Amino acid sequence: MTLVYPRESNSIHAPRLSPAYKSTTKRAPQKPLVIMRHTLSELTGPAYGHEAVRENDHDLTIQHDGEPLGERIIVHGYVKDEDGRGVANTLVEVWQANACGRYIHAVDQHPAPLDPNFTGAGRCKSDDKGYFRFVTIKPGAYPWGNHHNAWRPAHIHFSVFGHSFVSRLVTQMYFPNDPLFAFDPIYNSIPDENVRKRMVSSFDLDNTKPDWALCYRFDIVLRGRNATPMESK
Amino acid sequence: MSGKPVSGITPSQTVGPYFKYGLTPGTDYRWNDAFGNNLATPDAVGERIRIEGQVFDGDGKPVVDSMLEIWQADGQGRFADQTQGTLANTAFRGFGRVGTDASGAFAFDTVKPGQVPDPDGKLQAPHILLAVFARGMTMQTYSRIYFVGQAANATDPVLALVPSERRNTLMATKQGAAYRFDVHLQGERETVFFDL
Ligand SMILES: [Fe+3]
Repeated sequence: MTLVYPRESNSIHAPRLSPAYKSTTKRAPQKPLVIMRHTLSELTGPAYGHEAVRENDHDLTIQHDGEPLGERIIVHGYVKDEDGRGVANTLVEVWQANACGRYIHAVDQHPAPLDPNFTGAGRCKSDDKGYFRFVTIKPGAYPWGNHHNAWRPAHIHFSVFGHSFVSRLVTQMYFPNDPLFAFDPIYNSIPDENVRKRMVSSFDLDNTKPDWALCYRFDIVLRGRNATPMESK
Repeated sequence: MSGKPVSGITPSQTVGPYFKYGLTPGTDYRWNDAFGNNLATPDAVGERIRIEGQVFDGDGKPVVDSMLEIWQADGQGRFADQTQGTLANTAFRGFGRVGTDASGAFAFDTVKPGQVPDPDGKLQAPHILLAVFARGMTMQTYSRIYFVGQAANATDPVLALVPSERRNTLMATKQGAAYRFDVHLQGERETVFFDL
């Protein structure tokens, strides 16, 4: 038995051509995408290389000799499908800027300091209920060249797999009440305001660790709603 | 901690320009690759092949900050089981990831996939699923890598959906010992992408 994923789920995504986000103009396909039925190729999913996840890869604050500077935070939540079922044992990868808004990436020239104690990469495997948890540093906002005075709201990049190659999701997690939301073409590339808010984590006082770290909750929902059984012949 | 009600899928956002140190660090950063571009485990079933190509934007310029992922069956048309991670009798996983280099180039070493059925049980021609991510792409685009000269291409149910004059954009062509497969995000030679 395999599953059929309805294509309508994808209608909430940003248009591939989102001109306010300038680099989409030369990179969005211009010819119509070809619609096809999902076959076994699309409905099966990658094997994750779980052996690549080491015990402390989920904690971005202990990857170096010293502690990184900035506001220590916990980011946790569930990976679910559209029916609300937890997606178990799936790889969750994150990467982010440091507290000053600077990426360790060689191309990032933002004149803010690098932190010798912070790489900004992490990964973990969701548990049997789809739960994942990271410990990291709250990333800073950073400027980018899209337009005059363009700044990205603070965000953590997420990469998630799920059950099949078509449930693959790369997204960004934001923090509540960021004043930069209204001005960010990437955040606003998602047309529906209520859908955009799904990318904003919520402050989680209950799981904030006293005298240690604030906590943010971020649930990730992958395709799979109304997944109906399909006879495999 | 109880689950909040689920209200629709999480939207995609661009992978951005800075994914390399997290997703495809190689030896350039203090992090390790979860996946690489060599899928051909010593025990994998199938003909060893190398696929090389470049990614180009609408100006024909190489895209130096894109990431490609592939997913495929082994030489006998078997997909690795998701819970096991591999096939029963080989270490073959069928999943690969690579970032483009300073010339927009990429390569995969793998095995030529066998045939897998479509939903009606009809065999598809050998193909590899491709997902392309990049700065400037709001989400990944999906394509398929087929192999030029395969008799089964003529009856492949997915290729049949593609306008005939564009089918060649899905064909890896033999170039020396390797197959060549370029990705054109836009333009006259725009690669066929699928709405999955
Ligand atoms: Fe970013």
